[in-house]
Amino acid sequence: MSEPREITEPAVDSAVDAALAAFAAAADTAALKVAKAAHAGESSPLAALNAQLRDVPAEQKAELGKLVGQARGRVAQAISAREGELAVAEEQARLAAETLDVTAVPALRARGARHPLTALMEQMSDIFIGMGWEVAEGPELENEWFNFDALNFDPDHPARAMQDTFFIDPVERHLVLRTHTSPVQVRSLLDRGVPLYVVAPGRVFRTDELDATHTPVFHQLEGIAIDKGLTMGHLRGTLEHLARALFGEGARIRLRPSYFPFTEPSAELDVWHPTFKDGARWIEWGGCGMVNPNVLRAAGIDPDEYQGFAFGMGIERTLMFRNDVKDMRDMVEGDIRFSQQFGMVV
Amino acid sequence: MRVPLSWLREFVEVPASGDPMEDAAHVHAALVRVGLEEEEVHGVPLTGPIVVGEVLEYVEEPQSNGKTIRWCQVRTGTLPDGEPEVHGIVCGAPNFHVGDKVVVSLPGSVLPGPFPISARKTYGHVSDGMIASARELGLGDEHDGILRLAELDLDPEVGTDAIALLGLDDVAVEVNVTPDRGYTLSLRGIAREYANSTGVAFRDPASSREIGVGEGFAVTIDDDAPIRGRRGCDVFVTRAVRGIDATRPTPPWMVARLTLAGIRSISLPVDITNYVMLELGQPIHAYDLARLHGGITVRRARAGETLVTLDDQSRTLDPEDLLITDDSGPIGIAGVMGGASTEVSDETTDVLIEAANFDPVSIARSARRHKLPSEASKRFARGVDPLVAEAAAQRVIDLLVELAGGTIVDLGSAWIEALRPATIDLAEGYVDGLVGVDFSLDEITDSLAAVGCAVTPGEDGWRVTPPSWRPDLIDAPSLAEEVARIVGYDRIPAQLPVAPPGRGLSRGQRVRRAVADALAAAGLTEVLAYPFVAESDNALFEGADHPQMRLANALDAENALLRATLLPGLLQIAHRNVSRGLTDLALFEIGTVFLPERGVDYGVSEVPLGTARPEPTVLRELEQSIPHQPWYVSALMLGDRRPRGVGQSPEKAGLADALDAAHRVAAVLGVTLTVETSSNPALHPGRTALLLVGDDRVGIAGELLPAVALERDLPRQVGVLELDLDRLLSLSTGEVTAGTIAGYPAATQDLSVVVPVTTPAGAVRTALLDGAGDLLEEAVLVDDYRGEGLEPGTKSITFSLRFRATDRTLTAAEATEAKTAGLAVATERFGAQLRA
Repeated sequence: MSEPREITEPAVDSAVDAALAAFAAAADTAALKVAKAAHAGESSPLAALNAQLRDVPAEQKAELGKLVGQARGRVAQAISAREGELAVAEEQARLAAETLDVTAVPALRARGARHPLTALMEQMSDIFIGMGWEVAEGPELENEWFNFDALNFDPDHPARAMQDTFFIDPVERHLVLRTHTSPVQVRSLLDRGVPLYVVAPGRVFRTDELDATHTPVFHQLEGIAIDKGLTMGHLRGTLEHLARALFGEGARIRLRPSYFPFTEPSAELDVWHPTFKDGARWIEWGGCGMVNPNVLRAAGIDPDEYQGFAFGMGIERTLMFRNDVKDMRDMVEGDIRFSQQFGMVV
Repeated sequence: MRVPLSWLREFVEVPASGDPMEDAAHVHAALVRVGLEEEEVHGVPLTGPIVVGEVLEYVEEPQSNGKTIRWCQVRTGTLPDGEPEVHGIVCGAPNFHVGDKVVVSLPGSVLPGPFPISARKTYGHVSDGMIASARELGLGDEHDGILRLAELDLDPEVGTDAIALLGLDDVAVEVNVTPDRGYTLSLRGIAREYANSTGVAFRDPASSREIGVGEGFAVTIDDDAPIRGRRGCDVFVTRAVRGIDATRPTPPWMVARLTLAGIRSISLPVDITNYVMLELGQPIHAYDLARLHGGITVRRARAGETLVTLDDQSRTLDPEDLLITDDSGPIGIAGVMGGASTEVSDETTDVLIEAANFDPVSIARSARRHKLPSEASKRFARGVDPLVAEAAAQRVIDLLVELAGGTIVDLGSAWIEALRPATIDLAEGYVDGLVGVDFSLDEITDSLAAVGCAVTPGEDGWRVTPPSWRPDLIDAPSLAEEVARIVGYDRIPAQLPVAPPGRGLSRGQRVRRAVADALAAAGLTEVLAYPFVAESDNALFEGADHPQMRLANALDAENALLRATLLPGLLQIAHRNVSRGLTDLALFEIGTVFLPERGVDYGVSEVPLGTARPEPTVLRELEQSIPHQPWYVSALMLGDRRPRGVGQSPEKAGLADALDAAHRVAAVLGVTLTVETSSNPALHPGRTALLLVGDDRVGIAGELLPAVALERDLPRQVGVLELDLDRLLSLSTGEVTAGTIAGYPAATQDLSVVVPVTTPAGAVRTALLDGAGDLLEEAVLVDDYRGEGLEPGTKSITFSLRFRATDRTLTAAEATEAKTAGLAVATERFGAQLRA
């Protein structure tokens, strides 16, 4: 520690100048801390001058006190300013040091994906939920009565041979893998009664070998509405709404006469949209019609009082033309690249 | 059904644009409008110039390869200067003479194959065209030399276009016929539908039914075992022609039409019967009259009877088969296939024609039983117009006389007992109320008349009698469809029905969606496997003695069982991905499994009719006739858990991933899973976890037994999970009662205890929770130490404990007291000692 010096303006200025120079020279907060101790600490020259204020004559106290006080104020301000500068510089240096190549950050978890067939069934179901319908489900292994007889398939009708059915062993016990989701319609009629507005999405089975356009296991969404006074007009309106909700406002539908045992009149359903792959065109989409009175009778519903419509379409087929899937096998093989193209898209 | 346009034009006016494909498109569009499905267009794929030529001369030139060729000079027309146009053509066939008219395919033409014709050097000459055989022209299989037009009784001018001459410029539109419209398996039916669609006039080829002969041939119908009460035969018409020449050629127009219709030309008598079948829809059988013994009896087969059919197969007959028999025994399976013994051959001179009608069910069953889906059985099974038999028989014998010579003889019979279609009452307003269109009364009656119905006024509407060829018109809805399709489905307006308010998705449906979304969000990819597995696949996870459901007609005999677990499907899909180089996998499937119970005889012995709601006991029996089919969710993980990346060390997926997925599923259901050490024959003995909710088992998680994984070309470590979603659903209400979230500070303490290595840490944690009471908010296992400083066979496990009271700030002493209470229970249950 230096000898006490007289409080003079040069002495004060010299102490302040030395302090400011030392602060400016401090390259980081640690150096600043040292400089601060040396020039503003208890044993600093300025502190010594300050201490001498006790001994100055009373008439000088005000003047010298002001001189020392202002000097200490300047020094304190300089410390604070320098601290701020250094903090910013150091934070900047740290941020610079923390720089990452944002294009090289690793994925922390594999990206999962929904299967587009289930996602599409959910989307289609939701369109009906929005109209107040409900979603019904039923077993895949069915009794023939639900799959055929209750749906107006005569045991010897050629239509029954049309369906390439998987039978459960032994055949005489009349169990099958359902060939369509229509048995769910029968179960809904039996269990829920009328009025009835349900869709039945699900997996169905036919004995087709797997190739680019066939698979023995596939999915359908069928719907049935039974109420008083329903007509084919309501059928068309419902299907038109589905097509527009699913494909866009530009979608149109067309009905062509056809035959199914469980509907009369029956129709094939075609859909048209301006932006389909390969251009605007009609594409076969499904089948539909007015529920045959015999189906209602099998469920104990009076066909003179209630009537309604039913429809159904293949989910694989819908996905194929909506998303330009070219090969049925892509949908069934489980190659993760297929589902991952769709990700979580809904 | 393939419809040659030239044939169709005999019964309806079809626009002729000059472009056959355009005409075909027009016919297709018209037929689709009324309910026939569009298939392909068939043509004879050849282009001219193909003309009639005359062989002027030829020289036979033996070749070194042993063949003899003919170097021919063939005149094909006249040049502009009046000189004959002559082509030198090399021909290998020896069956023609100088002066024969033949078909010459000139350079630039293309024969079916495609086989383009050009002038080319061969056998030392430039052959400037080709003399064609019938087969080369697409006219059947005949290839015994070239086609001599004289054989077809043709003598056209030289230079005539042979394509038109032989009917090869025709095209056929193919339509798909639904099972209710058997009558459209004929030109007659198609022409009627075309007329219905376009409004043009229709000439019915069966309108004139000339009954020419009396009851000269003995026919007995003796059906002693009708199927489902339906008589096997209700029409049997015979006609006879004597003195035909069965070897006469079939005229080219007939061959061309048959070929376009997809039927091979065989011999003139057979071709005529097929031709009439296509034209009128009536299957016809021709017998060699000389080879019949006595009259014909139609009856059911007797047990043990056999018949050699036309295809030379000996067939054992079933008592349900309806037979045509004579004094020698069976000579045909009615409506399916004739017998060899009475077949018409080249030597045949006298022919007996049969035009009959058989019960569709009987014929369909016989055709299926004998695996003989013939053109005849296809038509009978869908219903043939019972009133067309006579016209058809007459048409056949007329053609035989015209084309094969011979004379009609007074030997024939007609037995017709077909029931007329029942009259249907159609109430005014019914059609409108079903279809949703305001039809005019004329539209309704005109449409019904157009399809052949007789319509008379009835009470509140009409009495409608369908035509004989429409057995499918049986009730008012079927008549409504006729009106709607004849007027056009385009008239149906679009209207949205208003459903009663719905309740949205069921909880089970919401849970399945949320589970799928949660797993996909956690990095798993959803897949959908076939449910067909090998017996050993189910046995692998379930044990060999578990009952399984088996397919009777599996596509692949190896995989004929229905899955009792989703895991075999995931293993197969994992294998496929790995073999394609995708070696880091996290897969899941949500699907149903088939879980029959031991000793239960599933199914029913008899299925009730679908005509009325079954009695409650019957309905219950039907509903209980199928095995339990719950929804499962399963997952499989292998390879690197995380994608490779800078600063990320590879970690192999396994048990931890399977458990993580399980807890995510449980979170969706709002249940807490308990994990217990367990075992499974397919899983790693030290890495198998049983998953429970309370005391109820809900699934397993673990790693595959390495041998099982390696056997499937998968890496040694494969994590698997399977949860019974339906069971989880039944064990959770989905209702959450919110507790108080206390804001008082927590007190945290660590606790290390020493237990035997075999003691599951999870069980110690449960003991701590049980003992410490409500103050212990959370206990997390943070360390597991074994080794120096511990007794062999023991481990030190450390839990980080968080204590909190809901009503005050906890003191350290209170927290310690609770910890001590927890430790006491752990000590009591497992001998846990506080680590020194």
